[in-house]
Amino acid sequence: MAHTRRKVVGAVALLSSAMLLAACAGPAATSTSKLTDGKVVIGVLNDQSGVYKDLSGPNSVIAVQMAVDDYKAKYGDKAVATNIQIVKADTQNKPDVGNVKAEAMYDRQQADVILDVPASSVALAVAKVAAAKKKLYMNVTAATTDLSGPTCNKYTFHWAYDTQMLAKGANGVVAAGGKTWAIVYPDYAFGQNMSKSFTAAVEAAGGKVVASIPTPFPNDNFATFITKAQASNPDVIGIMAAGGDLINFVKQYNTSGAKAQLAVGLMFITDIHSLGVDQFTGTTFTDAWYWNYDKKNRDWADRFLTLTDTRPSFAHAANYSAATQYLEAVQRAGTDNADAVVKELEGKKLEDLFLRGGEVRADHSVIHDSYTAQVKTAAQVTEDWDFEKIIATNPAKDAFGPVNPECKL
Amino acid sequence: MTRVVHPRTFGSDLNMTAFIQYTVQGLAAGGFYALAALGLAIIFGALGVVNFAHGSAYMLGAVLSAVLLTTLNVHFWAALVIVPLLMFAFGILIERLLVRWLLRLDVLYNFLLTFGLSLVLVDVVKNLYGVSGLPYEQPAGLQGLIHVGGVTLPKYQLFVFVFSVLVCVIVWVLLTRTRAGMIVRAATEDPDRARALGINVSRWITPVFGFGIAVAALSGVLAAPFRAITATMGTNFVIILFAIVVIGGLGSILGAVVAGFLVGLVEAYGQAYAGTFAQIAIFILMVIVILVRPAGLFGRRDAA
Repeated sequence: MAHTRRKVVGAVALLSSAMLLAACAGPAATSTSKLTDGKVVIGVLNDQSGVYKDLSGPNSVIAVQMAVDDYKAKYGDKAVATNIQIVKADTQNKPDVGNVKAEAMYDRQQADVILDVPASSVALAVAKVAAAKKKLYMNVTAATTDLSGPTCNKYTFHWAYDTQMLAKGANGVVAAGGKTWAIVYPDYAFGQNMSKSFTAAVEAAGGKVVASIPTPFPNDNFATFITKAQASNPDVIGIMAAGGDLINFVKQYNTSGAKAQLAVGLMFITDIHSLGVDQFTGTTFTDAWYWNYDKKNRDWADRFLTLTDTRPSFAHAANYSAATQYLEAVQRAGTDNADAVVKELEGKKLEDLFLRGGEVRADHSVIHDSYTAQVKTAAQVTEDWDFEKIIATNPAKDAFGPVNPECKL
Repeated sequence: MTRVVHPRTFGSDLNMTAFIQYTVQGLAAGGFYALAALGLAIIFGALGVVNFAHGSAYMLGAVLSAVLLTTLNVHFWAALVIVPLLMFAFGILIERLLVRWLLRLDVLYNFLLTFGLSLVLVDVVKNLYGVSGLPYEQPAGLQGLIHVGGVTLPKYQLFVFVFSVLVCVIVWVLLTRTRAGMIVRAATEDPDRARALGINVSRWITPVFGFGIAVAALSGVLAAPFRAITATMGTNFVIILFAIVVIGGLGSILGAVVAGFLVGLVEAYGQAYAGTFAQIAIFILMVIVILVRPAGLFGRRDAA
């Protein structure tokens, strides 16, 4: 009996002292901080286990951590965001899952900003959540131009690339003599959007699209579609598939003996790594960022390598950039209040590791220099992941499409 | 002003050269299906197990080839022998440790077991090798094109077709001309009567399961130079395999092989002349077969 009572007394004492401590710490923390809830929470919402895991996924969380570390090192005691947390969740690339996870992040985990979100359908669903919750959302890995078009809103920023930026790569190919194109695209939102952007870009550059061939998605057998594309005798065959389907296509293209030049709509460096440089040699595409472009990129890629054992894709660098610019905006605003932070981002010219000549446009599309890349030959590759030769830098103004008139902010 | 030129669907590509190319492409795609379906049919016949992990066996065949190539420099031609042997051993292990214990229960139990097994295998491969795929080189001697009577054909696709037919013929000879084969066939097509004739059917069950897995893995080795080698490559593949086995007739080995090539052809012609409807075409074929011949093309009447 006495034993039990002592236990109860002990527990009550512990509890009350804990409450006392909390009471002391509580007001103290808020009195020095201008943060809405005493902390800044950055949510990384992406594909942690599926097809986009390697090109972004868990390593993007590490890239965001690098941005937080750099921010703390830069501002030290003067940092507005003293207490920064990173939370992550898996969308499984399903819009409904993404929707629920985004709500949970904003509401329960008190996220101030959500980053990344690959797959266009999921990305658009999360944009609606951000608008409803009035919290920031910086999309990095989705390609659809609708993010800065029909579904644009005050709190959504589209950071790294879109289908129109990718399609600008067609200019160089047409100028180099690739006048007639056959476009092969997977028949779903992404593929249709890509096909539209590329058709417009090819025709604007003075070329002609002679065949436009939809394929099932996903698909592991492209041989027949390659023969069909060849039948129209094009100079260039443009493939708009991504990930595993892109690899299926290129493998089968290379055994088909097709003579047309191959142009890839969307390529991540992880695709070249997984297929081997031989299969892609000579292929040109538009890249948003390349790790071995200059010393600045390389230094960062070296840090990334020690943390992850791999080289960064442009999505990793873009997540770093988005997190950095968010924290910088918080610093300038002196608070993490969403409306104040948005004001610090809108119309700003930004420079960092990823954004060269960067600018936040009126439709919240963040434009920057893009690069025309060509896959090296095996002999030119001097180290692992050294796959790309940058043959042209496209200034930000020309790299993206015009401001989307469908976006009314 | 954007102008999208859609290819005419029916009729425009009806020239002979393209038709022959489509046919070879269909037969090559059919080769992958036929080999894997052959294994599925043998396993279903002998064990009554609907092996959902068959797509994973196909996937492991391709992944193992890629891993052996990068780590031990085992080339395509050697992998064609080594990988099926390894997967035969793997199949025996699975049968002994897992499948065997559920054989006496309802078929659903093993269906769920192999379904769970396929999820585990896919995630293990994802964890070990990531999701974006493994590199594989074009095998020596099979690069480039071959000209046959004015038609240009890719060597590799022709090889897949010829090789898979060859393997099917060899399996057929083994099954019909050897004593072991006849026992297996008897056990596959009518296990009860085989038992009644004094054949110890259960003794043959383990190696037959291993064999079925090995043939699926062989299909995976063939896919390595031609398709993306990813953890999920077998996930859709296995669905089509089930359609093939139903079309061919459950438990019929010949039916599985013929239906495998047939589905490959339907897919290729569908893609060539009906665009994205190709994948539906396979299932339309399945529905028609079920309506007209419920036991499948080569199935026994009582199997329906």
